[in-house]
Amino acid sequence: MIIDYVGVKEINGSLIVMDGVKGVSNEEIVDIRLDNGTIRQGRVVQIEGEKIVVQVFEGTRRISLKNTRTRLTGHPMEMPLSPEIIGRVLNGSGKPIDGLGDIFPVKRANINGTPINPVSRIYPKNYINTGISTIDTLMTLIRGQKLPIFSGSGMKHNDLAVQIVRQAKISGADSTNFCVVFAAMGVQKDVADYFKRSFEESGVLSRVVMLLNLSNDPIIERTLTPRCALTVAEYLAFELDMHVLVIMTDMTSYAEALREFSSSKGEIPGRKGYPGYLYSDLASIYERAGMIKGKNGSVTQIPILTMPNDDITHPIPDLTGYITEGQIVLDRSLQGQGFYPPVNVLPSLSRLMKDGIGEGYTRADHQALANQLFASYAKVIDARSLASVIGEEELSPTDKKYIEFGKLFENRFVNQGFNENRSIEQSLDLGWELLSTLPRTELDRVDDAILDKYYKG
Amino acid sequence: MENNNVIYGINGPVVTVKQADCFEMMEMVHVGKQKLVGEVIGITDDLTTIQVYEETTGLKPGDPVTGTGAPMNVLLGPGIIDNIFDGIERPLKAIEEQAGAFINRGAAVSSLDDQRLWNVTLKVKVGDKVCGGQIYATLPETPIIEHRLMVHPDLCGEIVKVMPDGEYRIFDTVAVLRDDEGSEHNLTLCQQWPIRTARPVKERLAPTVPLITGQRVIDTLFPIAKGGTAAIPGGFGTGKTMTQHQLAKWCDADIIIYVGCGERGNEMSQVLEEFSELIDPKSQRPMTDRTVLIANTSNMPVAAREASIYTGITLGEYYRDMGYHVAMMADSTSRWAEALREISGRLEEMPAEEGFPAYLPSRLAEFYERGGRADVLSGGEGSVTLIGAVSPQGSDFSEPVTQNTKRFTRCFWALDKSLAYSRHYPAINWMDSYSEYFNDLDPWFRQNLGDDFVEYRNRISALLQEESSLMEIVKLIGADVLPDDQKLVIETAKAIRVGFLQQNAFHADDTFVPLEKQKAMMKTILHLHTKAKEIVAKEIPLSKIINLGLFDKLNKMKYDIPNSKLEMFDEYIKEIDEKLAAFSK
Repeated sequence: MIIDYVGVKEINGSLIVMDGVKGVSNEEIVDIRLDNGTIRQGRVVQIEGEKIVVQVFEGTRRISLKNTRTRLTGHPMEMPLSPEIIGRVLNGSGKPIDGLGDIFPVKRANINGTPINPVSRIYPKNYINTGISTIDTLMTLIRGQKLPIFSGSGMKHNDLAVQIVRQAKISGADSTNFCVVFAAMGVQKDVADYFKRSFEESGVLSRVVMLLNLSNDPIIERTLTPRCALTVAEYLAFELDMHVLVIMTDMTSYAEALREFSSSKGEIPGRKGYPGYLYSDLASIYERAGMIKGKNGSVTQIPILTMPNDDITHPIPDLTGYITEGQIVLDRSLQGQGFYPPVNVLPSLSRLMKDGIGEGYTRADHQALANQLFASYAKVIDARSLASVIGEEELSPTDKKYIEFGKLFENRFVNQGFNENRSIEQSLDLGWELLSTLPRTELDRVDDAILDKYYKG
Repeated sequence: MENNNVIYGINGPVVTVKQADCFEMMEMVHVGKQKLVGEVIGITDDLTTIQVYEETTGLKPGDPVTGTGAPMNVLLGPGIIDNIFDGIERPLKAIEEQAGAFINRGAAVSSLDDQRLWNVTLKVKVGDKVCGGQIYATLPETPIIEHRLMVHPDLCGEIVKVMPDGEYRIFDTVAVLRDDEGSEHNLTLCQQWPIRTARPVKERLAPTVPLITGQRVIDTLFPIAKGGTAAIPGGFGTGKTMTQHQLAKWCDADIIIYVGCGERGNEMSQVLEEFSELIDPKSQRPMTDRTVLIANTSNMPVAAREASIYTGITLGEYYRDMGYHVAMMADSTSRWAEALREISGRLEEMPAEEGFPAYLPSRLAEFYERGGRADVLSGGEGSVTLIGAVSPQGSDFSEPVTQNTKRFTRCFWALDKSLAYSRHYPAINWMDSYSEYFNDLDPWFRQNLGDDFVEYRNRISALLQEESSLMEIVKLIGADVLPDDQKLVIETAKAIRVGFLQQNAFHADDTFVPLEKQKAMMKTILHLHTKAKEIVAKEIPLSKIINLGLFDKLNKMKYDIPNSKLEMFDEYIKEIDEKLAAFSK
C-alpha cells in the first residue's frame, strides 16, 4: 500500500520536517507532489521516531504547510546507468536535460557509492602525459590519481583543465577507451559553455558525460552533483573498463552549498562555519578515484577549486590538500606577468609521481632533475627576496646566476602555449638546458653520473 | 534473548534507542537487520545513544538493536601479523574474498583466520601454578616472530589439563586452568581484550634505550627512546606520511603497527606493495613478516576511524606483553581528533576550541600514556613506541590538536613547508623541533658510541643555531658583508643541512644510515670546520678554501661513501688535512 503524507510540519531553508511518518529508512528518497502538479525530490537526512527531516533538492520555494503530498520511494538516491550515457548532458542530480529522452538503465547504483577496499586497490603507476612541462616534469599526473587545481577567481584554471583533457587523451594505447566526466557545480553558464565548446573543438565531446549545476541552480542539487558524476565514472571505469578523467569545478561552490545546508539543519559549525564533517564529506568524493585489481579501467580526478582570497590555508583547499594526492597551485603574479599556465611549482606536488616516473616509465634522470629544479627554483625565490632588500646589483655572483635562471625557468619552462604539446623528452631536456646555466657545483641534488650525462654548462 | 530494543532516531552515524535499560556504557551492539557494529556512547533514562561503525543508509526506526554484553573488543591471537584490518579489526583481505572490491556493510567475518592450523608447543604441565600474563604455549606466527600465548591478565590458578604439542586452530583448547574459586577456564590460542582499556604490565621502565631509525636528523638531533612518544606535525605535502613510512621501514623495533587513520586509499595500497617487496636487512625476510596494517581510509565510516587508534594500540600492547619492542605509527591523529569532533557534533555536545570537544586533551593523553617501556607480566621487557602524525589545519601549529599533542608527547618533529618546497627531506625543522629524551638517552649514546658522539651532536646543533641568527642579518644585507669567520659558519651549516640533515629516501645507501656512519659524517664536517677556522683566523680569505671544493665534496659524501665502507672517512679527513696544509705554510 502506498501512503501519501499530506502537508509538512515545519519548513526551514531547504529542509522540511514531517511528523507521523512510518516505515521510513535513513537516506531514503521521497517524492513531493505540490498542488500545482510539479514533483520535487527530497532525501531523508534525520529520523527521530515518526518525525523526519527531509532535504528538498529543488528548494522549498512555494511549499506551504499544507500544499504537499509526500510519498516514500523505498530506496536511497540512485543513478540510472547504461553505456549510452556517454555523450549525454545531465542536470546536477543526474537527469537528462539535452532533450534526448530518459536513459534506459542497464543498472541503478546508489550515488553515495561504497568505499573501495584498500587491499583491492592497485597502486597507481602509469603516468599520463599531459604535454605540459611543469606538470609532466614536476608534478606528474598518474592514472588513478586525484590531483586538484588550486586556483583563484579570474585565473586560467579552466584553460588548463581543457588543455589537459585535449592533450592527455592521445597518450597510451588505450586512447579509444578514454572518456571524460565533467561535473559543473555552481559555475556560470558561460563557463559551462566554454567547456562544452572546447570539448567539441578537440573532438572529445562524444566521449564526455556532462553534469551541469549552474550557479543559480538549487544548492541541494549541487551537493549531489559530484556524487552522481562519480557514480557514472565508477560505472564506466569498473564495469565498462574505460579510463575516465573526472573534472569537477568548482569544489568551493560545493563546499559552500554544504555549509548552507548544514547551517539550515542547525548543526554545530566547525572552522569558518563549515560543518565539522567537511573533511569526511570531501573524502567521500575524492577517495572515489583509483584503480581496482582485476579491472582495466581507472578513475582519475582533476577537481578545480578557487581559493577564497587566494588563501591556501582556507579550510576548503586545506582539507582538500590533505585528502588528494598532491595539488597544482596557480599563481596570480605569474598570470599577471603573462605566463600561461601560471603554475606555481614550489607548493605544487604530485604524491604518486615518485613511483610512476624514471626508468621504464619516463626517463631515468627524471626524479633527479625534478628534485634539482625544485631546489634551484627555491633558491631563486630566496635570491629575489634578498634582491628586493639590497638591490639586484649587490647580489653575489651566484645569486645573480639564480636570478637569471629564474627568469629563464619562468619564461621557457613554465610558460608554454595553450596549443603547445611538449613530449616528456622535450620537457626533460629543456629542464637540463636551463639547469646548465647554473654552476655545476650548485646542483647538489643530483649525483655525478647523471650530471656527466646531462649537464652541459 | 528477548529483544525489544529498536531504533528510534537516526542522525548520520548516530542512532538512538528509546527506553532501553539493558545497555552498558561503551557496550558493543549490533544495529539493524544487517547487524552493523556499533557502540553505546550515551545513556539517559529515556534515550540510549549509539555510534555506528558503518554507513547508516537504509536503517529504519523499528529495526532491532541487540547488545553483546561486552565492550568493544578485539580478538588477540596468531594471525594478526602480516594482516590488514579495518578500524575495528575486520580483516580486509577476507572481506575482499567475500564481497569483492567494494566494502559491503555488515560483513561478518572472523577477525582472525579460524581454520588455519598453528604448530603449537606447550610450555606448561599439569599442576603448574600460572598467573595473568604467563606464557603457556608458543607458536611460530611468521618465520621471524614467535607468538607467545599468555594467560589472560585477569586469570590466575592451576593448570589441570594440557594437550600434547601439535597443530591447533585458534579456538581449540590447548590447556585448562582452574582458578582459586574452582571454576575451569579453557585456554585457547586467542583472547579478547577491550580496546579502550590499557593492558597491565609489571612495572614501567625509564626510556633509556633509543629507537634507532637510521634517519640522521632524528637519531642525532632529536632522538626518540624505545617506548617514547613523538608527534610529527606538518601541513599537507610536507612529508608526514613519507617520514612515517621511512620510520616503519627502518626503525629497529621488532614489530610495526601502521595505522592509516582517515588517510588515502592509494597510500595504503602503496604501503602494502612496498612493505611486501622490501626485505628487512636484519632478518632477510619481507617487511610484512613483522608488520600489521590497520587501514581506515578517509571515506570509510567515521566512527571506525575513531576506534582504529585504540585497536592499533591494543594490538601493540599485546605484542609488547610477549616481550617485543613495538613501534606504532598513527597517520594521522588529527583525523582521529576530527572523528571525535564529528561525533561530538552529532551528539550536540558543547564544543570547546574550534569545535573540538572539551575532552580532546584527556583522550589524547589517555592514548599517548599507553606507550612506554615496561617489565611485562610474561617476564622480560617490551615497549610500545608511539609516533603520531598531526595534520594541523592550515599548517597552523597553534590549533588545538597540535597544541594538545605537544603536551603529551616528548618528541616534536616539526615539518616545515619551506623546507618541503625546496625538496629538503625529511623536512624536519631543526629550530622548531625538540626531543626531551636527550638526557635519558645520554648514557646510552656515551656508552655505545663514545663521548665524542654527544660532543659532535652538540656542536652541530650549536652551529645550526648560530647560522639561524646570522641568516637574519643575511636576509637584510646579504652575505657579502659578513666577516669570514661568520661566513664560514654559514658555509659549514650549509654542509650540515645539505650533506647531513637532508637524506634521500630513494637512494639505496642513504635511505638508512647506521649510527657509526652518522657519527663519522659529523666528525668529517666538524673537522673541516675546525681546520678552516684556524686558517681563517690567519686572515686567509675563506673563498680560497671554498674553491678547493671540499665543502662540495662533503655535500655528496652521503652518496659517495657506502654504508659498508666507513674507512673511507679517514681518507676524507686525510684529504682535508693535505689540501689545507698548503695554507699553513
